[in-house]
Amino acid sequence: MSNPKANPYYAGRKRVNLLAMALCYGATLFGLTWLVMILGTLVSNGLPGLSLDLLTQNTPPPNSEGGGLANAIVGSLMLTFIGVGIGAPIGLLAGTYMAEYGRHSKLTSVIRFINDILLSAPSIIIGLFVYGAVVVPMGGFSGIAGALALAVIVIPVVVRTTEDMLLLVPNPLREAASALGLPRSLVIRRVAYRAAKAGLVTGVLLAVARVSGETAPLLFTVLNNQFWSLDLTGSIANLPVTINNFVNNPDPNWKKLAWSGALLITFAVLSLNIAARVLGSSRNEK
Amino acid sequence: MASSEMDRVATQADKTGSLARARVLRSMRWGDVVFESLTRTAAISVLLLLGGIIISLFIGAWPAIKTYGFDFLTTQRWAPSLKPQPILGALGPIYGTLVSSLLAMVIAVPVGLGISIFLTELCPHALRRPISIAIELLAGIPSIIYGMWGFFVLGPFLADHFQPAVIDFFADVPVLNVIFAGPASNLSLFNAALILAIMVLPFITAISRDVFATVPTVLKEAAYGAGCTTWEVVWNVVIPYTRVGVIGGVMLGLGRALGETMAVAFVIGNAFKIKASLFAPATTISAAIASEFAESDGLHQSSLILLGLLLFVLTFMVLTAARIMLMRLERNQGK
Repeated sequence: MSNPKANPYYAGRKRVNLLAMALCYGATLFGLTWLVMILGTLVSNGLPGLSLDLLTQNTPPPNSEGGGLANAIVGSLMLTFIGVGIGAPIGLLAGTYMAEYGRHSKLTSVIRFINDILLSAPSIIIGLFVYGAVVVPMGGFSGIAGALALAVIVIPVVVRTTEDMLLLVPNPLREAASALGLPRSLVIRRVAYRAAKAGLVTGVLLAVARVSGETAPLLFTVLNNQFWSLDLTGSIANLPVTINNFVNNPDPNWKKLAWSGALLITFAVLSLNIAARVLGSSRNEK
Repeated sequence: MASSEMDRVATQADKTGSLARARVLRSMRWGDVVFESLTRTAAISVLLLLGGIIISLFIGAWPAIKTYGFDFLTTQRWAPSLKPQPILGALGPIYGTLVSSLLAMVIAVPVGLGISIFLTELCPHALRRPISIAIELLAGIPSIIYGMWGFFVLGPFLADHFQPAVIDFFADVPVLNVIFAGPASNLSLFNAALILAIMVLPFITAISRDVFATVPTVLKEAAYGAGCTTWEVVWNVVIPYTRVGVIGGVMLGLGRALGETMAVAFVIGNAFKIKASLFAPATTISAAIASEFAESDGLHQSSLILLGLLLFVLTFMVLTAARIMLMRLERNQGK
């Protein structure tokens, strides 16, 4: 073998390689920089506003001091809870059909395809859909409409993970249970669900994470409410739309609250993401 | 319910009452039928959901379709409060949507591929997981946070430092001095594209990393054995082998970028007039809907829904292409 340095052709290839690899390092650094910058800004702008008032006081009127986000936080929790409460069971059942009863049927491959489309469909379209299907017939903006919009977003997420996780359950488990005489539905509920439990919970957690920051589908389904309200048939305050409205206003107090709300939402969503990941990977390593 | 049924089976079996056993078996059979039809109904409801979305958008958009017809696609003017009838055209938002998404892909694809190459070929094993999780966390940040950050932090920074430098740099170059023309602006098409690029980066990275991992080690080892450098292995073996999958991942990212709403609505400036400069304000379909829908009515609202329908058709086509490509890759692997 000749010394690479002696041959200009080798040296050229080596240079190209070095350059390309440096660019790959650069790309990674570029990606990580954004994460650090966004989280850094959130913490530095949001942290000073974090206080007990944030959790106990309602959103203030414009151009006033103090106030908090209590009504928005509670409203968001309610909408998320109801949305996931409606969407997750439907998603779980649909995923169960695809992985268990209809594993090889044509219907399943069609549903899988449609579900993948829904999974990446723009969330604002979901908002328009719910506006036409719920808000207009009901005659006004309501918490129910918002929760339904979130449910529509939850369904495809849960369908996808449920199907994937149930397909990972080894067939001999099902065969053993069937051999003991268990009917199919009990094989699924008592054996397959139990074997895939961590994965199914992961799917639901991911769905919660996905919807808790969603803004676009809420803009014209629940609207927003400046006051404390738990009435699902009317507008309810919620964190994402509150942030949206506060950012669009020059009031410095609102801006401060918006940063604190943003910090709360982001860290809630990111911890849910990480929790789901840890749960998912601990299952895989077993 | 399930456990009580099982207990009942057990206790009933002990008593060996054959009549009771028949009753329990029958109830279990019923449970079976009910559970299966429940799951099937849920599965079919996913299909109905898509159908419902299309139908509801179509009904909402019908007045606008009837009034404007094909002119909607070619009109640039957006005058919702004009009397007696508003003049509304989708050209501006469609242009903004396509240009911002394509520009985002131009930025995000090389960076995403670079990160995947780094993760699969260069990165020390211990760092591989933390770095991929960090990149994927970018996908977890809600889009309104991107919008807020872009509005308060990125926009002013770009307008003060990045845009003037670029405008000066290309001032004497024909064509480029129109694309990068001044004045610098806090809200612009370019800012939206950059934010979109950051947002789709994790999708492109995750998929290309996964498809890179499907390259058989033997292939890569053979190339290394023949004396290839890492870059030559990536360029001549890994990328050709995974091309379909990478394109699928890119299309998936594009589908995301086309429909992204809140992040774009804050930074793009909501200007319906098309300008040649990337540093000028523009608008996208989703941003237009988000900023105007709540205060709209009549034909204006119907036109916004029609915009939504166009967006849905557009993303549907892109996502379908993405899925078909990813499925082809799986079939090639014999899955």
